[in-house]
Amino acid sequence: MVQPIIIDIENITKDYVMGEEIVHALRGVSLQIRSNDYLAIMGPSGSGKSTLMNMVGCLDTPSSGRYEFNGRDVSAMTDDELAAIRNREIGFVFQTFNLLPRADSLRNVELPLVYAGIDPETRRERAARVLHDVGLGDRLYHKPNELSGGQRQRVAIARALVNDPSIILADEPTGNLDSKTGEEIMALFEDLYQRGHTIILVTHEGDIAQHARRTVRLRDGLIESDDGGFGGIGMLPMDDPLEADATAYR
Amino acid sequence: MKRFAYELSESWKIAVAQMRSNKTRSTLTALGVIIGIVAVTLMGTAIAGIQVGFDKSMAIFGDDVLYVSQWPWKPVDDWWNYRDRKKIKTEYAEPMNRIIAATPNSNLVVAVPTSSLLRSVKYGQSEVSNVLIRGTVSDYLITSTFDFKEGRFFNEIESRGGANVCVIGYDVADALFPSESPIEKSVLINGQPFKVIGVISRQGTFLGLFSLDSIAVMPLPAFQKYFSAKSDSDILVKVKDKNRLANARDELTGIMRRVRGLPPEKKDDFSINEQQALKSTLDPIKNSIAIAGLFVTGLSLFVGAIGIMNITFVSVKERTREIGTRKALGARRRTILLQFLIESTSLCLLGGFIGLAIAYVMSTGIGKAFPSFPIRFSLGLVSVSTAVSIFTGLFSGFAPAWSASRLDPVAALRYE
Repeated sequence: MVQPIIIDIENITKDYVMGEEIVHALRGVSLQIRSNDYLAIMGPSGSGKSTLMNMVGCLDTPSSGRYEFNGRDVSAMTDDELAAIRNREIGFVFQTFNLLPRADSLRNVELPLVYAGIDPETRRERAARVLHDVGLGDRLYHKPNELSGGQRQRVAIARALVNDPSIILADEPTGNLDSKTGEEIMALFEDLYQRGHTIILVTHEGDIAQHARRTVRLRDGLIESDDGGFGGIGMLPMDDPLEADATAYR
Repeated sequence: MKRFAYELSESWKIAVAQMRSNKTRSTLTALGVIIGIVAVTLMGTAIAGIQVGFDKSMAIFGDDVLYVSQWPWKPVDDWWNYRDRKKIKTEYAEPMNRIIAATPNSNLVVAVPTSSLLRSVKYGQSEVSNVLIRGTVSDYLITSTFDFKEGRFFNEIESRGGANVCVIGYDVADALFPSESPIEKSVLINGQPFKVIGVISRQGTFLGLFSLDSIAVMPLPAFQKYFSAKSDSDILVKVKDKNRLANARDELTGIMRRVRGLPPEKKDDFSINEQQALKSTLDPIKNSIAIAGLFVTGLSLFVGAIGIMNITFVSVKERTREIGTRKALGARRRTILLQFLIESTSLCLLGGFIGLAIAYVMSTGIGKAFPSFPIRFSLGLVSVSTAVSIFTGLFSGFAPAWSASRLDPVAALRYE
């Protein structure tokens, strides 16, 4: 069955001014991501993968090109419109967890719901349920410093899930964890994928990327390869949008 | 809007948590606001007190009494024109009263002559110096506002006959008769014995400058008999209706010109004064004292506000990543702005309330220790101080909160 396209990126570029120099972080990237994709974006540092992640996550807008999220053109949105998209459509998981240190798990997970304008009772109830789902039903009132690294990342994943977003965007989610805990977190992502979530992993670790069903490699601001979900690396070039579209089937 | 309310309560929770986790820093920062609010509030109480004292002092003159004097109660540029004016004589009162009585529907009630100078008053071994000795008539009671602590004023017979009786002020009675009643006692004024027949109740001070209770009032003939002509005389004229003061003035001017026999081409050679004129002379002075006082104390509050601004900037810097995270989770610019504004405002409000409490205790203490020092602590002052605290918080928090709300989420998330 062909899933609907959630993310449709066409030939986007991003330039930064660094001092006197203009850095071309992205030089024309096209990418389509469908619902229930499990995608890994890989590449060495400086390849543009962080920039691409920021674009996909609506934290930043492209210098040129077109980006449609669920059919809505994101590239020309204002800050507040982008904030609303991030709030409702995207769940972020960071390498450093980025939990509020003085708030317990429940309040951390509630935060996106506060910004969504959900009433306090519904907030509590939904946050508690999602924390249960990630296996932290007995840690609702623990503060981050009372939790292990793996547990903290689970809280962060619960926070990403709580607003029922279209995609989960994880930036090096295991980067700050030992390999055993990292495997547990990856198992959780696998579970989320099996339950129908769309997951985008940004990583430079091959073993982590292995968990994904599709791998996109970047180099020097361009897509070097996209296995299109067939496991092979560099099977099809991504430069032609038509072909890119074709590769997006799984 | 519901969402706004949730964001507001969320911001409030963060602000409280923030203050709790940085107790020392919050206390020190709030201290600046505390000191500022204490200073401004105390100055406010002092200004309110001065206003009350001012009104009280003005009330002594009565708002329905005109004063005929040589000098006007206002600063004059051409003082030499007034210096050579003929002195006001107490004898004017008699023809003035005749004219008033003969005028149908006169705006005036009665003219009362007074003559005053400073002398000491003795009783036994005790002596009070610089007492205002005033000679007048029994009608003086009509133009005055005082009450009697004990005894009475002299009557018309004593007044006309120039009996050696006197009515003394509270301070004089207190100094000469600390443990007994002065009534029927004989005091020496300028070496002459006067029987005390009344004590005026406490009047306080005039603008805090001199006591209104250091006074001795006696019948005019007695005054003239024992004291030289080196005294200043005024005529006090009671007005029937204080709403028709201008008409009364005009009538009085006409009467005085007749009494003095001034031809029409000559200018008035006397001044008719009233409480209102004195008020309008003194009001600007009082107001500039208030403005200067508030400005100086306001500066200390401003310094406190700068402290809050500084600490909010630090807080924004420290929590750059947190701001980035919040933005990634969907916080809008307004949300972040609100959060930091509430943080700075709640800090200012905390400081403001503590400052108010301290100011209340201090003003009560000062009021108890120095009863003559005018201090007024009012509910109005509390609400003004609270409003000032909130304004200070908004003012000092705005720049840092604005910069926080403008942070680029990507840069903020990457901030180390």
